[in-house]
Amino acid sequence: MARTIVITSGKGGVGKTTTAAAMAMGLAQRGHRTVVIDFDVGLRNLDLIMGCERRVVYDFANVINGEANLNQALIRDKRCEHLFILPASQTRDKDALTQEGVGQVLEELRKTYDYIVCDSPAGIEHGALMAMYFADDAVVVTNPEVSSVRDSDRMLGILSSKSRRALENDEPIREFLLLSRYSPERVASGEMLGVEDVQEILALNLLSVIPESKAVLNASNAGTPVILDVESDAGQAYSDMVARYLGEERPMRFLEMERKGLFSRFFRG
Amino acid sequence: MGLLDYFRAPSGARKGSASVAKERLQILVAHDRAARDRPSYLPRLQQEILAVIRKYVEIDNDAVSVHYEQEDKYEILELNIVLPEADARS
Repeated sequence: MARTIVITSGKGGVGKTTTAAAMAMGLAQRGHRTVVIDFDVGLRNLDLIMGCERRVVYDFANVINGEANLNQALIRDKRCEHLFILPASQTRDKDALTQEGVGQVLEELRKTYDYIVCDSPAGIEHGALMAMYFADDAVVVTNPEVSSVRDSDRMLGILSSKSRRALENDEPIREFLLLSRYSPERVASGEMLGVEDVQEILALNLLSVIPESKAVLNASNAGTPVILDVESDAGQAYSDMVARYLGEERPMRFLEMERKGLFSRFFRG
Repeated sequence: MGLLDYFRAPSGARKGSASVAKERLQILVAHDRAARDRPSYLPRLQQEILAVIRKYVEIDNDAVSVHYEQEDKYEILELNIVLPEADARS
């Protein structure tokens, strides 16, 4: 049974596309047939993060309008045979994604894929609502920062009132928290909300904590999902996320400051 | 907890701006959530009740308060109207 997962946040710049790319790659690497869809009409970026920007011919809107079929628009990832990318339209206006059209495309994808990862645009406009509407699961990407936490809570409200599952009184969407751009040093010094603080407010199932990491920018520069950088802290934190999403138990990592030198090791036991 | 942590977090209270952020967020999110679950007609309802009462008694703008609460199986709409003192009515 296919699952549709929306990566959402409300606020921009918190790491939705990075997360969508990492999660889709992580699921596909484990052998699940996965497609990742960019819902950000006019501001497409997933193709860049996935490193397939030069292979885009047709897009999501072309498929909805019947100008191309799904197989023509889907781009097969060169690193993982189970992963496909459906890019957003760069030129059309936001109404290109009709609810009926999106529903039909997702229905078609559900026949062939195990996981459909929807990369939502920021905000609560049409594109974001479309990305959320058909979701079975939602990953709310949040930074430990006041406006991001508030916007995440707002998105939870929308998920529980405007999604298909809510409107049809179906089983509610499973909601998960992903805390990103986390700096254990700043949390320890009291300048940044800690993971417990954010969880106390949002009360969500925590999938992973992604540390603020150079690896994320390096990965997007290269067009490689950061989860493929297996040596990096962010890559490992994303691997944990995928494992936990699939039901594995893994202890949370990257919550503590790196221990430096003999002096602090002596004092911190 | 290492020895250093005792100096870092004196008397258990966390210093710094994060605790302010958390406090502000808790209040804000609680407020947002309460507003979210309220029916959208409440402000209009409040205005109209105010107008009806004003036909008979002169009252202040804030004399009518409307509270909405949702329990598991029922909703409570609580109206509170404060009339002015009897001698002020003349």
